[in-house]
Parts: sequence; structure tokens; C-alpha cells
Amino acid sequence: MEIFRLKLLHDAWLIFQKDIRQEFKTRYSLNAIFLFALVTLVAVSFSIGTFTASADIKSALLWIIIFFSAMSGLSHIFVREEEKHTADTLKLVAQPTGIFLGKFLFNLFLLFVLELIIVPLYFAVMNFEVSGVAVFISVLLLGSLGLSAGATMTAAIISKASAKGALFAVLSFPILLPVIVAGINGTKIAVKQVAFAEAGSELQMLFAYSVVVITAAILLFDFVWNE
Amino acid sequence: MKLIVEKIGKNFGEKKILRDISFELSPGKSAAIVGPNGSGKTTLVRIICGLIRPSAGKVKYIEGNKQIVTQEFYKAIGLVGPYLELYEELTARENLMFFAKMKRVSNISDKISSLMERLNLTGQEDDQVRTYSSGMCQRLKYVFALIGDPKILILDEPTSNLDSDGIDRVYDIMNEQKKNNILLIATNNQMDLQYGDFQIEVTS
Repeated sequence: MEIFRLKLLHDAWLIFQKDIRQEFKTRYSLNAIFLFALVTLVAVSFSIGTFTASADIKSALLWIIIFFSAMSGLSHIFVREEEKHTADTLKLVAQPTGIFLGKFLFNLFLLFVLELIIVPLYFAVMNFEVSGVAVFISVLLLGSLGLSAGATMTAAIISKASAKGALFAVLSFPILLPVIVAGINGTKIAVKQVAFAEAGSELQMLFAYSVVVITAAILLFDFVWNE
Repeated sequence: MKLIVEKIGKNFGEKKILRDISFELSPGKSAAIVGPNGSGKTTLVRIICGLIRPSAGKVKYIEGNKQIVTQEFYKAIGLVGPYLELYEELTARENLMFFAKMKRVSNISDKISSLMERLNLTGQEDDQVRTYSSGMCQRLKYVFALIGDPKILILDEPTSNLDSDGIDRVYDIMNEQKKNNILLIATNNQMDLQYGDFQIEVTS
């Protein structure tokens, strides 16, 4: 059992490395995500204006930008394998769970890189401030974990469909809604409060969501991937 | 290792593609799957490799007296087929390193060098796969298939896109595979067919 787990992690790590190498050669997902995030950020800042929106609205807008930017790029991880006919080749060398974990790690990495750039920009452009920086970072990290897990599973489901782009956002939204809501609430709390206890239920919710979705995905991915 | 195919059937919706296909192959044996276009040769190959599930029947890989589980038999299989592609953004070496590590191959660099030489691709290891011609891609697929020293080599349209030099090299590989391991080919090419000890006919 221990060896099986180690093999899974080994497979996941190799697939993650392969995807990173592929991504930095093509910048397929990176370009889509960053351009979308940047355009949305500029559009939001022009539409709302710098000082007219309340902190609550700005918290919501930040998560909307993160969600839709993620939607523009996180599906590529499986769509590319199907469109380039490499999915069968990958199936021949890797276990389904290893594939899911590798792709999940890649999407998580992509989301972290996006947030590393877009969040400071958002703070600067929207004149957004948070009192509880640690709370905000925790919400962001746990939210990313949930978003990546849900989006990776949905990406695998839609990769064999013909209208992939539209389906991904439509299918992901109900699955990822709890993350968005908890993320917005957590961010709203981080604006006003410094103590972790104040955002306890949101952080617990985000953590529990991630655990449930990752566990469900590991159990179900074999059926999604091989059917 | 022994390959046992038991009463395989496959339906796509109402359409029955395969029905009651059964055969066995043990080391040193080879077979050729034959049938007209659309008869289900590729479907049968994909079922045997575990890429799709059959509607009926079973495929078993037996090592000693034990049946090998799915994750393990992937390591024992080498597959070449027109529907398998390598990562075109990566170089041949990057592709092969990735697949070899996934298959837990030892002495990866030496193995890549010797197989690339065997398929006459030496010097092109660091070229992106997208720059390869279709014939070179087919040769590279053989390197991919052989990198884990497969006990079962499955070749779907083995000589497609290859020039005469490539075909000779593939026939050498097939001859060698037949000696101690299992070889299964899906083809309608008369020259390829002579490498199968017996024929499995599929008709839709």
C-alpha cells in the first residue's frame, strides 16, 4: 500500500513536471489566464471607478475575476491531451489517480502564479485594503485549492465534449459556487478583522470543500478518464 | 507472461462492432488481427491495451499463475498505433525521458540512445517532435513502445508512413519480439501478415 502511494506521487510529480515544461514552451494556458485576468481587471476598474465601490463589492469582484480567469485556462490541461491525441499515450503509462493528482498540481500552480500577479495589481488599481493579511492569504490559498480541485475534475469531464469552452464554465459554476461564496465572505472578513477566529467558519468550509472534492475526484476519476 | 482474450464484444450504441473474439498468446507466439476497414481491428487493439472497456468478455494478462492488475500490465505493453501521439511541443528526448521515468526504466539515457540508433533517429533527439516528418514520428513511436522492454508488443498498422529502410527496421524488431515475447499486429498488409503465427479475423 505504501509503495502504491509512493508510485502515485511519483507519477503525479512527473506529470506535473511534464505539464510545466509543455506550458512554458507554448504558454497556452498562461496567456489565456493572464490576458483574461488583466482585461477583466481593467474593465472592472474603469466601470466601477476607484473610490465608489465598497469593500464588500471589491471583495466579490476580486473572486469573480479569479473565477473567470481560472475558467479561461484551467480546462486546457485535459482539453490539450484530447485534442492533440496524447490522452491515450498518457493512459498507457500512468494510473488515473496519478494523472488527476499531476493535473491538479499543475492547475494549482497556475492559479497561484495568477494570484501572485493579479492580486497585488487588484489592490493597487482598486485601492483595496485588508486588515487581516494572514486571514486573506489563508482564504486565497484554500480557495485556490478548492477551485483547482473542482476545475480539474470538471476539465476531465468536458474534455471529450464538442463545446468544451462553454461547458466548462457552465458545469464548473455550480460545483465551484461554495468556494466563491466562502472566498468572498472570507475576504470581506479579512478587510475588517485581523483575528483568524473571525473567519473560522469560512476557512473550515474552504478546507472541508477541498478535502471532499479531492477525495471524490480520486475515487471517481478512473470512470471519467476511461469512459 | 500470457495474454488471454475471452469472448470480447464491443457495441457502440446499437451498433455491434465485435462479437465473441477469443484467443490466447504465450511468449514466443505472434498473431495478426485482420479484417476490412471498419471491422473493429483498432477497437480490439484498444480493448486489449486497456484503452477502452469491452461491452462483453475479458482480457487477462497472466504472469506465472497470477492475473496482473491494470496498472501493472501497462508496463508490460508496448503499443504503436496511428491514434497514439507524442507531445509535439517537447523534444524527442524530453518525451522519451518522461515516458521512461513513468515506466520506471533504468539506464534511461543509454536506452534512449540505443533505441534512437536502432530506428535511425540518432542526432534528432533534441529536435521538437513537431519538426518530425510522419515517417520519423512513426519511428519515434517505436522507440516509445520499446523503451520499457515490453513483454507484449502490439502494433496497429505497423509499417504505415515508413520508407523501405524504416520497414526493414520494423521487421527486425518484429522478428526479435517473436523470439521470446508476444507480438500482436493489426494489419491488412500482406508483408506484415507473415509475422503472425495465426490470424484473428474480425468482421463487423
